Amino acid sequence: MASVLVPEIPAPGFSFENCQRNAFLAQKGFPAPKATKTGTTIVGIIYADGVILGADTRATENTVVSDKNCQKIHYLAGNMYCCGAGTAADTEMTTQTVASQLELQRLHTGRTVPVETAATLLKRMLFRYQGYIGAALVLGGVDRTGPHIYCIYPHGSVDKLPYATMGSGSLAAMAVFESGWKPNLSEEEGKKLVRDAIAAGIFNDLGSGSNVDLCVIRNTGPAQYLRTYEEANVKGKKQGSYRYPLGTTAVLRQRVIPLEVESVAVHPVQAMEVEPSSSP
Amino acid sequence: MAASVINTYTDPGMPEWLSAPHSTGTSIMACEFDGGVVIGADSRTTTGAYIANRVTDKLTRITDHIYCCRSGSAADTQAIADIVTYHLNFHKMELSEEPLVQTAAAIFRELCYNYRDSLVAGILVAGWDKKNGGQIYSVPIGGMVQRQAVSIGGSGSTYVYGYVDANFKPNMTKEEAVKFVTNTLSLAILRDGSSGGVVRLGVITEAGVERSVILGDQLPKFYEG
Repeated sequence: MASVLVPEIPAPGFSFENCQRNAFLAQKGFPAPKATKTGTTIVGIIYADGVILGADTRATENTVVSDKNCQKIHYLAGNMYCCGAGTAADTEMTTQTVASQLELQRLHTGRTVPVETAATLLKRMLFRYQGYIGAALVLGGVDRTGPHIYCIYPHGSVDKLPYATMGSGSLAAMAVFESGWKPNLSEEEGKKLVRDAIAAGIFNDLGSGSNVDLCVIRNTGPAQYLRTYEEANVKGKKQGSYRYPLGTTAVLRQRVIPLEVESVAVHPVQAMEVEPSSSP
Repeated sequence: MAASVINTYTDPGMPEWLSAPHSTGTSIMACEFDGGVVIGADSRTTTGAYIANRVTDKLTRITDHIYCCRSGSAADTQAIADIVTYHLNFHKMELSEEPLVQTAAAIFRELCYNYRDSLVAGILVAGWDKKNGGQIYSVPIGGMVQRQAVSIGGSGSTYVYGYVDANFKPNMTKEEAVKFVTNTLSLAILRDGSSGGVVRLGVITEAGVERSVILGDQLPKFYEG
């Protein structure tokens, strides 16, 4: 029994009460509205002098393609970017929140923020929400210790790898990496490998499609965001024209009915009286 | 999976394993020897039927002389290890000396017991300290703690209890202990589908830790039928 003097100690951590309520309502036939999910292919690799991130550009709502050219490579800081798969709203909000924290950290310390800091902030946030923030991320960047690729899962676990893939197209992309990745790839080889991995996702996974986005982050110099690096699905050109030339249909009869104006009325409008408000 | 986690996401475009929590179907082991402990683990991390990482390091540093072997949910065990590392760093600064292995085990137990309803974590805490030398503490899923001379954990361990009981000897040399751990983990990997990859080892003595890797094709061979 709780009393005023000895209050009951509230349970620690977040209350997931509403999640249980929603599951109960869904069971009774009141499902929650569907969130936009990006059935996705996102990848990242380490190459000779930095990292390369890649993503497709399809966003889906169930079976409908809701955006044919969306951005899945998000900005975190000048030296790191983050690809997002899963719930679109969650990946966007998570990366924006962390980008803001990283900028404050950079201003506070006056140094380039290490990539591990971003990985730690992201995993702590995702772990706190126990998987309810549906964000699966591939984080890539460079700092004074070299290039780094991190794979961060919605439940808050982290893998540090030389090459990583995520999203529904991750199997297709990983197949490309497992056969083609080796240490110290040149920039051209790296871009080609990442393009091939994303293309594998675009063509073999229903949830992925449209274009290839790349982002090259070199140990030296600023990041290079290559939006629409390749249009993987160029719309085919129509071979013939279905337009009919003027005069194809014969004019048999023509009649013009003139519009007659019967009367014109002009009503003068009186200006509205505005009383000045009296001040106390 | 913990009963309190209800996953309401089901999307036809998304395979089930993507939203399923990541778990380390694992084989881990720790063994005392004369002068320290040997720890070992496989390197497979799975999400459903997919191997999300084939080169995982499940031997996680807590302090210079204390390591833990993680099994269960990857997210949970990583978070616990991070928190214990923080507590022990603080403890070390306050005391200006290396923390005891039993202190580390007590913090692991505290967390694993208090949050037993929401965690899936089976951890072996192993290390060396001045007071008691090489020690191993097993912290299984409910949050119990128990000191053991040799301990195995994870899904692969069920296949090799007999082998461990038959072959463990107290006060082995370092070489004997390393061989014993390597053999046990190789046998576990061979029989357990969710364990595999390479065998990662660590030898913790007064001098610190000595890490090594045995590649999949260099593992000891046993009867293969």
